[in-house]
Amino acid sequence: MTSTQANHPLLRVDNLRIEIPGRRGTLVAVDDISFHIDEGEVLGVVGESGAGKSLTGSAVIGLLEPPCRIAGGEIHFDGRRIDNLPYEQLRRIRGRHVGMVFQDPLTSLNPLYTVGRQLTETILTHNDLSEKGARKRALELLREVGIPAAERRIDQYPHEFSGGMRQRVVIALALCANPRLVIADEPTTALDVSIQAQIITLLKRLCRDHGAAVMLVTHDMGVIAETADRVAVMYAGRIVEVGPVAEVVLRAKHPYTVGLMGSIPLVGHDVERLTQIDGAMPRLDAIPPGCAFNPRCPRAFEPCLRERPELLTVGPVEAACWLHGGTSGGGGGHD
Amino acid sequence: MAVGEEHRGAAGPSLGARLVDGVRRFFDGDIWYSFTRSPVVMVSAAVTVLFIASAVFAPLVAPYDPFDLASIDLLDSSLPPIWMDGGDPRFLLGTDAQGRDMLSAVIYGARISLGVGFASVVFAMLLGISLGLLSGYLGGTVDAVIMRIADVQLTFPAILIALLIDGLARTVLPRDLHGQVWFYVLVLAIGLSFWVQYARTVRGSAMVERSKEYVQAARVIGIPPLVIMLRHVLPNVMGPVLVIATINLAIAVITEATLSFLGVGVPATSPSLGTLVRVGNDFLFSGEWWITIFPGAALAILVLAVNLLGDWLRDALNPKLR
Amino acid sequence: MIAFVVRRLLQSILVLLAVGFIAFSLFTYVGDPINNMVGQDTTLAQRAELRERLGLDDPFVVQYGRFLLNAAQGDFGISYRHRRPVAQLIAERVPATLELSLVAAALALFIGVPMGVYTGLHRRGFLSQVFLALSLIGISLPTFLIGILLILVFGVLSQDINAAIGFHLVPQLPTFGRGDTVQLGWWSTGFLTESGLLALILPSITLALFQMTLIMRLVRSEMLEVLRTDYIKFARARGLSNRAVNFGHALKNTLVPVITITGLQLGSIIAFALITEQVFQWPGMGLLFIQAISEVDIPVMAAYLMLVGFFFVVINLVVDLLYYVVDPRLRADKAVAAGHQ
Repeated sequence: MTSTQANHPLLRVDNLRIEIPGRRGTLVAVDDISFHIDEGEVLGVVGESGAGKSLTGSAVIGLLEPPCRIAGGEIHFDGRRIDNLPYEQLRRIRGRHVGMVFQDPLTSLNPLYTVGRQLTETILTHNDLSEKGARKRALELLREVGIPAAERRIDQYPHEFSGGMRQRVVIALALCANPRLVIADEPTTALDVSIQAQIITLLKRLCRDHGAAVMLVTHDMGVIAETADRVAVMYAGRIVEVGPVAEVVLRAKHPYTVGLMGSIPLVGHDVERLTQIDGAMPRLDAIPPGCAFNPRCPRAFEPCLRERPELLTVGPVEAACWLHGGTSGGGGGHD
Repeated sequence: MAVGEEHRGAAGPSLGARLVDGVRRFFDGDIWYSFTRSPVVMVSAAVTVLFIASAVFAPLVAPYDPFDLASIDLLDSSLPPIWMDGGDPRFLLGTDAQGRDMLSAVIYGARISLGVGFASVVFAMLLGISLGLLSGYLGGTVDAVIMRIADVQLTFPAILIALLIDGLARTVLPRDLHGQVWFYVLVLAIGLSFWVQYARTVRGSAMVERSKEYVQAARVIGIPPLVIMLRHVLPNVMGPVLVIATINLAIAVITEATLSFLGVGVPATSPSLGTLVRVGNDFLFSGEWWITIFPGAALAILVLAVNLLGDWLRDALNPKLR
Repeated sequence: MIAFVVRRLLQSILVLLAVGFIAFSLFTYVGDPINNMVGQDTTLAQRAELRERLGLDDPFVVQYGRFLLNAAQGDFGISYRHRRPVAQLIAERVPATLELSLVAAALALFIGVPMGVYTGLHRRGFLSQVFLALSLIGISLPTFLIGILLILVFGVLSQDINAAIGFHLVPQLPTFGRGDTVQLGWWSTGFLTESGLLALILPSITLALFQMTLIMRLVRSEMLEVLRTDYIKFARARGLSNRAVNFGHALKNTLVPVITITGLQLGSIIAFALITEQVFQWPGMGLLFIQAISEVDIPVMAAYLMLVGFFFVVINLVVDLLYYVVDPRLRADKAVAAGHQ
């Protein structure tokens, strides 16, 4: 860890490796990644679908679905190792200390129970409250996430809410027990574009009010740019660049990040130069040797084909790219 | 793994080639791999093949011809299997009350059971696929009528429908004529009770395809809807249809056996496995259990093997379960 | 709610009309009912008079209407073979079939559902694998074969088996008929005598086994389906206990499809009863129907069809209403309009 705040991070992930055993051998979905999140910080995790960012989120909260499994590394929450905890102990951390918001609000809520029931159930699991007190708390939460006429809405079923309203309920559910970390897995992807900004703003405000750190998983660089304090860029199961959001957005080091930045319109910049990265991310069973990005990289050169670059400090950020130093030498020469 | 999501244009390889391609895609490496990994499935496949082969080549395989009255001697009647006291080395599984060799009777019985089973599955499949295509492609009233009929029929168990059709045919047809056409009556009765599943599967796929742009385009340039359907919908549903057909074969064999057991299926002059069980059932209490148990066991083993195959095929084709 | 029930009722009536139509067609067009009713020596004039009296010369619609009207009042005519009113014949047989079906349905549900839940939750457990293997054998054995095997073991060979192992393991159980029955009004019940209860054991197991395996496999696959959903994952992510997730969230969602298909399965128990009745010579409606088919006793066939159709429609209606109670999405057509902004 080279971060200056690494003293006592809220969440620390060291050398995490997630494998998917399959019929034709084992695929490595997340390959040896390390990162940390500080108290109250918003870390954006960005990358294409399949880059391993959602799996990383699931692994942190201990909800990897078989056959996916953690094959190596450690996860520490508040200084305590949690990846090897038995199911029951991990369950007490989930919801209580680490909340989670899923991508699709339409499928995240149980259709057969009222919103109020799902809220009180969660509140009662984590707090020593009476049935009545839990309902009162549920009402407060609904108001807090901006559900109008909460007294009436609390006894309604999920299908009676619109998508945006449901995501608000999901956020309320994640914040039930005042967790110190919220993992938001593509929280706005399934929503209408017009509502996305509202939900992101709400999530950010609530987490700040409750003092919760956020791990914001998304493929939308725009969302990250507006919301995150730091950002980790993932590609083919690896972190290729991580650093303060302003640095990464404005002075991206890794060509992949540069490409990602090129594909979002920044307000006030000229729109003509919106670019796209050619090609697609390799399948997990066909990751090329050397740097996984080399087939699509406009600036790839000899060492990229031969050896995989590790994350190295480049000024205020870390990047895994031969263009920025490294033992193979000569990398910087292109700059 | 994803099944047939690509349709670039209405023009393409011939229907035959597309069908072959569809089947091939389902039997690509993954499925073959999972086949070779499961001993149970391999044994089931072997048993099924054994049954089918001995049914097809029954006259060559069976030691005797159970329909040849000249070869039957009443003196040999009710002999137990050879490993029991009083067994006769000529008759491996013993003989029935008329002195017929049980092994031969079972082999010929399986021939009839499988024949009826296959024919009804093919009939149900053709009927179901045609109605499903019609329903899904035309939509509207045709769709509503076909699906309503399907709904109503689904609320009644297949065995009851088969029984009803068989009973009807029995009453409508003169007795001597029924003796000749029982095969077609049974195929009709069993086939008619199983078409719904195919129709539903194919209809769903046809509806999805119909709304795609290439179909609209193909229509505009004047390619007949039937051609579009055959070329694009059929290959996509080959997998599910194959699974349904396999499991249906098991159910059809059971249904035929049940009808025959109830005395309204295959006549005793050319007994299927079910008929053999019914005839043998009368001797159960007098201790000659082999007359009914061997045909019953053959039936159970055949159906179990086919069911296992169908189960495996469904799981292998369903990526969600992997 | 009311609209829903009315729609379902209309649908049910339509189904009954269709079944009635088939039954009536049987009646009218299959064979000549007059031939079946009178002897060889009846004159043509007598036949014509009988035709007239029975209204067989009336237009089709009138005859169909009369048939339905009579059927609704329980009048299905006279059995060709038994020379007695069909309604009477059936009324004598209904209790036997319904008691058998009820016991079998209870067995199938109370054993099948828990087994399905268990195998769904403990997907890779040893016991689950055993249950699954057994269930595959269960659906591969035709009902009549199960019956025959049970008769063989508990009827024919039980003495021999006990003698062979020198231990009274296999009880001798009745394999034929209903045993002693008690008459309660027009209903004859086997529940009140020892021999009646003993006689129920083998037939009800035979009838239940197939349905039980089907229900188990169905509940299992639904359970697996539900356990994969986002809301279950979210429920776990909220830190709910395993118990709350499995039995509160997963099981209730499993119920919706399970109720539907289980309902249909229970309906088919009545139909499958006829196989069991044949094997055990159980004096129920099914046995009557089988005999009617081989004897071309059309009024009995028609009545059986109508009655089974009626049972099915009632079961379907109950299933639909249950569905409605369990799933709020169906209940709330008016609330949806108000709720969406």
